[in-house]
This record gives sequence, C-alpha cells and structure tokens, in this order.
Amino acid sequence: MIRAVLVLNTQGKPRLSKFYEYQPVEKQQQLIRNVFAVLCSRPEHVSNFVDAESFFGPDARLVYKHFATLYFVFIFDSSENELAMLDLIQVLVETMDKCFRNVCELDVVFNYSKIHTILDEIIFGGQVLETSSTEVLKAIEEISKCSLSPLVFNMVLLFCIIMVNKKALRSGKLVTRDFSLSIKAQPFFYADEMI
Amino acid sequence: MNPFSSGTRLRDMIRAIRACKTAAEERAVVRKECAAIRDSINANDHDYRHRNLAKLMFIHMLGYPTHFGQMECLKLIASPGFPEKRIGYLGLMLLLDERQEVLMLVTNSVKQDLNHTNQYIVGLALCALGNICSAEMARDLAPEVERLLQFRDPNIRKKAALCSIRIIKKVPDLAENFINPATSLLREKHHGVLIAGVQLCADLCKTSTEALEHIRKKCTDGLVRTLKDLANSPYSPEYDIAGITDPFLHIRLLKLLRVLGEGDADASDSMNDILAQVATKTESNKVAGNAILYECVQTIMSIEDNGGLRVLAINILGRFLSNRDNNIRYVALNMLMRAVTADAQAVQRHRATILECVKDSDASIRKRALELVYVLVNETNVKPLAKELIDYLEVSDPDFRGDLTEKICSIVAKFSPEKIWYIDQMLKVLSEAGNFVKDEVWYALIVVISNASELHGYTVRALYRAFQTSAEQETLVRVTVWCIGEYGDMLVNNVGMLDIEDPITVTESDAVDVIEIAIKRHASDLTTKAMALVALLKLSSRFPSCSERIREIVVQFKGNLVLELQQRAIEFNSVIAKHQNIRSTLVERMPVLDEATFVGRRAGSLPGTASTPTVPSVSIPNGVVKPVAPLVDLLDLSSDDVPAPSSSGGDLLQDLLGVDMSGASQQSGTGQASKSGKDVLLDLLSIGSPSAPSSSSTVDILSSNTSNKAPASPLDDLSSLSLSSRETSNAAPMMDLLDSFSPSPPTENNGPVYPSVTAFESSSLKLTFNFSKQPGNPQTTSIQATFTNLSPNTYTDFVFQAAVPKFLQLHLDPASNNTLPGNGSITQTLRVTNNQHGKKSLVMRIRIAYKINGKDALEEGQISNFPRDL
Repeated sequence: MIRAVLVLNTQGKPRLSKFYEYQPVEKQQQLIRNVFAVLCSRPEHVSNFVDAESFFGPDARLVYKHFATLYFVFIFDSSENELAMLDLIQVLVETMDKCFRNVCELDVVFNYSKIHTILDEIIFGGQVLETSSTEVLKAIEEISKCSLSPLVFNMVLLFCIIMVNKKALRSGKLVTRDFSLSIKAQPFFYADEMI
Repeated sequence: MNPFSSGTRLRDMIRAIRACKTAAEERAVVRKECAAIRDSINANDHDYRHRNLAKLMFIHMLGYPTHFGQMECLKLIASPGFPEKRIGYLGLMLLLDERQEVLMLVTNSVKQDLNHTNQYIVGLALCALGNICSAEMARDLAPEVERLLQFRDPNIRKKAALCSIRIIKKVPDLAENFINPATSLLREKHHGVLIAGVQLCADLCKTSTEALEHIRKKCTDGLVRTLKDLANSPYSPEYDIAGITDPFLHIRLLKLLRVLGEGDADASDSMNDILAQVATKTESNKVAGNAILYECVQTIMSIEDNGGLRVLAINILGRFLSNRDNNIRYVALNMLMRAVTADAQAVQRHRATILECVKDSDASIRKRALELVYVLVNETNVKPLAKELIDYLEVSDPDFRGDLTEKICSIVAKFSPEKIWYIDQMLKVLSEAGNFVKDEVWYALIVVISNASELHGYTVRALYRAFQTSAEQETLVRVTVWCIGEYGDMLVNNVGMLDIEDPITVTESDAVDVIEIAIKRHASDLTTKAMALVALLKLSSRFPSCSERIREIVVQFKGNLVLELQQRAIEFNSVIAKHQNIRSTLVERMPVLDEATFVGRRAGSLPGTASTPTVPSVSIPNGVVKPVAPLVDLLDLSSDDVPAPSSSGGDLLQDLLGVDMSGASQQSGTGQASKSGKDVLLDLLSIGSPSAPSSSSTVDILSSNTSNKAPASPLDDLSSLSLSSRETSNAAPMMDLLDSFSPSPPTENNGPVYPSVTAFESSSLKLTFNFSKQPGNPQTTSIQATFTNLSPNTYTDFVFQAAVPKFLQLHLDPASNNTLPGNGSITQTLRVTNNQHGKKSLVMRIRIAYKINGKDALEEGQISNFPRDL
C-alpha cells in the first residue's frame, strides 16, 4: 500500500502532504524534512528511487519525480511495483496539468483542497483507485458541478446571460453554445474562489 | 452568505503566509489566523465554517497544531450541502485519525451519507471511511459498504471495493462476507472497478485462507483469461500509458496471480502460458512496459517452480541491467538480489553486467550492485572479481569507498585461496584506501602475516615499497611499522626472496627512516606513534649500528604530552641505554599469533561476516583511548609482549624472567633485589596500559580461553609472586634500576590481592568469585564470577542475577556464554562500587536460573563471605 504522498518545492516547503498511515503532526514534519534532505542532495540523472527505510521504517520505498520547482514523492511498501508508482506520479501530474492548464507551483498552493480532491480520486486509503486521467477528470468535473452552491451558480448564470446578451445585441443573434461552454470549462475554478 | 464579508479569505491568508520572510513572521501570521478561527468557532459562525476549515487544513500542512478544528469537521459533515460536506470530509481525513474518540461521533453521519441519494456524497463518505476507518466503525458500517459494491455507478463500486480492503484489514473476521461480492467484481469490464476488485481479492487472500482457497479454485482461470484479453487487446486510449494498455491492471492481475500461484502447483501450471506470453511479448523500451515485465518476473520467481520460465525471467533482468534508464537497473538489481537464492547459477551468468553496475554513477545503484556482487562471490571467481573491485577502488567516489573497502576486505578474507594472494590484495587495499579499513581487518592481516613464516621477508619488502608511495594511509603505516619492527632484518638482508620479486636494496637506516617518518607525521594518531616506538625499540636491538640514532628519536618523546607515549619513551630509553644485555632477548620476534584463537574470537564478536561492528573502546584517564575486549591482547602483543593469548606467552615470560634474574642479580647481588627486579620488569612490561588492568585483563582472557583452570594461569602466579616479593623488598634498588622512572612509584601499579571465595555451592552448581581492584579507586571491586557445572547435564538459558543493598552499586557484564556445558564453566564479570568503603563490607543476594533439558531450575542464595575491605 501507499504510505504517503508528498509534494515539496525545491526549498523544502510542503505543498501537499497526505499520510495514509497515522503519523503525529511533529513526526509528519520531521519526515518531510528528512525526505527533502535526501532529495535535494541527489544529483541529476540518477534513479528515482531512494532507500526510505531509515526514516519510514522497514519495507518502505520512496519514488520521486522532479518537475520544475516541485518534487512529487510517493512512499509505499513492497506490495507495490516501483515502476508502476513512477507511472502513477505521471498520472497525478498529468491530471493536475489538465485541470489547471499548465500546472505550476502557485496553482498547487492556492488550490490546496482541489488538489486533495484530485488525489482522492487517484489514491484511496493507500490503494490505487483510478489510473486513467480522463476518468479522474470526469469525476472531478462532476464533483465540482455539485460544489457550485445555488447562489454562486446563479451568479455565474447571471453573468453569463449578461455576456451572452451583450454579444447577442452586438451581433444581432443569440449564441447559446458559448454559454454552456463557459460553464463547463471553468466550474471547478469558481467553486473554491468564493471560500 | 456573502463571500466578500469580513475575515480574510483563504487565498489572502495563503498570500500573507507566502509573503513572510522569516519563520517568526510566519508563526505570527498563523497565530493571528488561528485566533480569528477560534473566535469564529466560539461564536458558532455557520457562514465561515468551511472557510475556517480550509484555512486550518493549510495551517495543518505547515505543521501547526489544529486540533481545535476537529469538532468543526463533524459539524460540516452533518450539514446538508455538498460543498460543506466536501470540506468537512477533507478535514476529517487530514485533521483526525482513527485513534481519536471524536471519530465515534461521526459514525452516524457517515452512515447517513452512505445511504444518501446523491452519489457524490456517497463517494465522499466512502473516501473518508477508506482513509480513517477504525475497527468499531468498520463493524458498524460494513453492511453499507457491502451493499455499495453492487451500486450502479462504477465510481462508487470501485471506491466501495477499496473501502472494503480497509474494513477487512481492520476486522479480519468480516472477510468472509466480502468473498462473494469481491469475486463478482472480477467479471467487471470497467478498468477502474476491475483494478479495485483485483486489489480487494488480493487482500482477501492475504487475510483469510478460506478466501484464498475459494478464489484459487473459482477464479484463477477467469483471471488468466482477463489477463490474456488485456495483453492482446487493441489500443484503448483511456487506459493507455505510452502505448501500453493499462499497465496498472496488468500489474494488479500479475500480483493476484502470484498470490494464487504461490504454493499451489495446479494454479501455477494454469498460468504458465500467459506468463510466458507477457514476458516475451511486452515491449521493453518504455517504463510502463518494463513495469509489467518486472512484475511478471516477480510472479514467475514466486510461483511454483518452472525451470524454463525462471531462466526467461532472469534473462529479462539481465537485459534490464544494460538498460540506459537508471530506474530499470535499480529494480533489476533489487530483483536479482532476491533471485540469487532461487537460482544462483543463472544470476552468475550476468556477473559481468552486475560488476559494471558497481561502477555506476548513481550511488543507490552502486550500493545495490555491490551487495549483489558480494553475494555472488565464491572460491572460483574471487580472483577476477576482487581484482576488478580493487582496480575500481582507485577511481571510486570517496563516499563509496568505505562500503567498497569493507566488502573487498570481507571477500578477500573469506575466499582467499592462498596466503600470498591474501596479503597482496590486502596491501593493495591498504595503499588505496587504508583510511577506510576497519581495525579488525588489519589486526587480521597482522595475524596472517605472522603465521606465514615463509612470506615474512616478501611481506615486509612489499610493505616498504607501498609505504614509499602511500604513506598517508594510516592503517598501511601501522602494518608497515609493525612488520618492520618484527622483520626489519629480513628487509635489509633480502631474506626469503621469492622468484616474483624485484630485488631492492634497503639499508638499516632506510628502515629506521620509515619508522621515523611514521612517528613524526602529524596525521599519525596515538596508536601509530606508540607502535612506532615499540618498532624502534625492536630495531635498536636488530640494527646495533643505528642504536644511537634510534635513542635520539626515542628521547624526543620523553616530554610528550600524552602520558602513554611519554612513559614508553622513558622506559625504552632506559632499556636502550642501560640494559644492553637483556635487550636482545626482551625484543625477540613475537611468537606466532594463534590464528585459530583470533578467528574464533572474531567470529564470536562478529555475528555476521558481512557486518563489522565497531570495536568498543574505553578511555583511560589520561586520554589514551584503546580498543578493548576481544582485541586487547593483539594490541598489547604488538606493543609490549606481555599478554600472549597462547600458552607460548607463559613460556616467553619465563624466558624473560630468567634473563632478568641474572641481569638484576649482577647489578644488586642480593636475592631480594633479584625478586624486586622481576617486579620492575613486570611493571615495565605492562606499560601498554599505564594503570594495572593489563594484568587483570590478561587473566580474563586466559581464563576465558582455558575455561576450567582459570585461577591456575601462569600469569596469575606471576603477579602474586611479584606481590609477595614487594612486601620484602625495599624501594631503593628499584629506583636505582630505573632512575628516570620517577613520576609514579611502581608499587601502586598492582592492587592488593584478595583470596578468591566460593560464593555458592549446590549439588549441581558451584560459583567462585575472584576479586581485583583498580589502583586509585579502592571503592570499586571487579569480581570475576566463575560458574562451574558439577553435573554432566548441559544447562541452557543460564541467567545470573544479583541484588545488593543501597550502599553498593552493581554493574553486571554479559556472561561469556548462556549455555553451561556438563562439567564445564562460564565466567561473568561484575563490578561493585562500595559507597561506604571501609565501613561496611560487601553482601549480595543472588539468583541463578537455568534450564536442564528444557526444565526450569532456580537457585538462590546470599553471599556474605566476601573478604573484608572490599
């Protein structure tokens, strides 16, 4: 099973941390520091596997991938395939990329709970739930539709109608397709904006 | 709810935290936010509840305490709207864990949500349950989850399947309820659900043998068919990673097949074909393809034996090793490590590739490869392998050298076909990486050199040559110094020349030069310098022409700040200057070190050959740190000849004393003085350790070696002899004999001797105590307890316990053995500190527990017959 998923930036700040086995808060921070200490001392072009037994206990393996300013780290035990975990990191990053269009560190920072929602659709209680980023995306979209509270939804609707009307006034005809598109493409982003 | 009202938004808080320049600033911001959130919680503010929780989650990630928000999670979960519930469940998973009591309160809400009409809310509840479910919750909610396994929406089905894994892990008894729904999941077409179902089955098999049998019987064929369909399936874009159809499902299926095939020949047989197909057909130029191959290899290695498949598997791993991708090489090495036990022969074929991996640029690959090479070494291939490794030592990373050196030494010591090869290889290692060599290793080398009498000349010449190029390697210097001290004459006279050697000309002063360089080198540590002093003393007798020069070097150390060196220098100086007649006998070549004793002791102290624990060391008051216990005798031997571990040590001492007797009587002419001379020499010889324990440790070693007759050891006699002589002799001749030897009168060197007592005796067991004291510390008594088995039965699990009153402090060292053979004996050392020394004498209550033929036996007693004044 997967024991933890961490996203750290290159300064060692945690950007996302999820432990599937109970760890007290102090221990979590210590583990994050340990992981970072190991990662930042690794040169480029070496394998993505690190011995994690010294800080995560016996039978722990660590796989990481480095993207721009972020380290994506999975810690898991021998019941998982190392190479598959590497692919799973890829799936996670791809999904985030599709969600945020060119995901960057800031997206992760400011959309903390969304990232958690994405992660929960991929890994469930330490087990792999879904490996297709399209499927994950579908689920996320559904969830974000639900997340639109009626009030916000109305506001968006109102806004869109005004826009459409303006356009219609200008061009002389009503374009309904634009209206549906603008809601479908962006709903997830309205959801947390209001928190 | 107006989102733009008072209180900062989550986004603003994150911005504020990110803007902080220092950790203190960040703490201040977080503290302010936490205070605001607490206020809001106390005011029971509904509108901002989920915003507060979202903030708390962020704060939690940064590592600040957030327990005060736990109840808010429960309130949010209980609220009707989806956004609130979403944040609530997220908070529940992050801020709470299964150990908290609060969790019990949430069970009811979760139960309601599991039955909710909105499938997304059901999904949230399942997700939370799968992450933090406790055993109680598992029992309460298992029926709901079981029902959801047949839910219409695939997203819920797969979540329910994974949630079931958590439930059966928490409460294994529930496993049987899930067997039927789980097997029906295996017929799913939806990949996500299928993965979850396969995973659930694998976990069921692990928790319950009943499930394992059931699934093995009913589902093996179906799984094989599924895997076949998957492997042959045309391109399906959704689950495709780099052109390979759903590697994750492949891997899960292979894993489940592994569980089913392990220990069952029929099941293994039915999956052979598909495994062979996957192993041969899968493309290996992508990470995803290699992941499948890797899993396939693991499955092949675990299921019941099929020779052909295993060779195929190991060949796949061999191919992995030459892959350019570091990750692939890494997993291949990991896997080969496990495969070695199954089929060493097949792995041996890839030795050359593995050896290449030792030289990899990636540290973790190097480490794995080295471990693997270490396992692969045997008598037939040790020569080329060791050569490769030693060659690589020259260019290796400094970080890696320690590991590499240790492994090479271990390989060379374990498999060396002949002594000369061993010595050659060790010299190479010492000159390349002498600073990384552990103490035991060079001790062992010295023992081997000392035993190879026909190679003494060859070795000392080779060392001399090596020293010229690599004088910066500490251990090489030590071995060289020791060998030149012992066999310096062979170096100069080219004795025992082998055919393979180039002749060299070394003069006597060249040899002394080497020692002088070693002793004057700033980097040399105390041990090296002390060894060099002893070597000089020895050379002074072997090369009379250099005697005066040697004396000058020795004299320079008379004022050394380190007591050990100072004392040696003073004593050696007086030996060189005044005792010409005994010197040559005093510094005779060392008797051959007993290889068996050393190896035996090393094996005793080193449980595994690969591991080399550090030598325990004690610091003696003047700052001299010496390795103790198993190797103390060797060090002493190399420096001062006294505590020889073999019986020849006694003879040597007798010789020495005989010589001394005549020498001393010539000087003083009285019988009494001759006795005192003996005493002085004894002191002189125990210089290795400035305070007396040298002799007592000798007794320890001797008695543990010759188990039964401990008190009768010759050295013990000697020390008591010297003691009785001291009482009669006066101090004057002694001072005369060693006039430069002023600072501590040698009379202090040996403590008073106490008679040994029989502390305890029963029909089956006898316990005797021998006492000794450290001089200058009268309160502490060191007691050597000898347990003698009076019956022919073997006692196992032998445990000795002792209790003392409050004014005493007791320290027990481990016993020499916990099995007491019939009529045999074991020893154990106790140290007792008497805080009321002189007022009260020792008392002790003891308990001895052991097993005779598996039956417990217990003996207890009180000991009050200790000698007074302890």
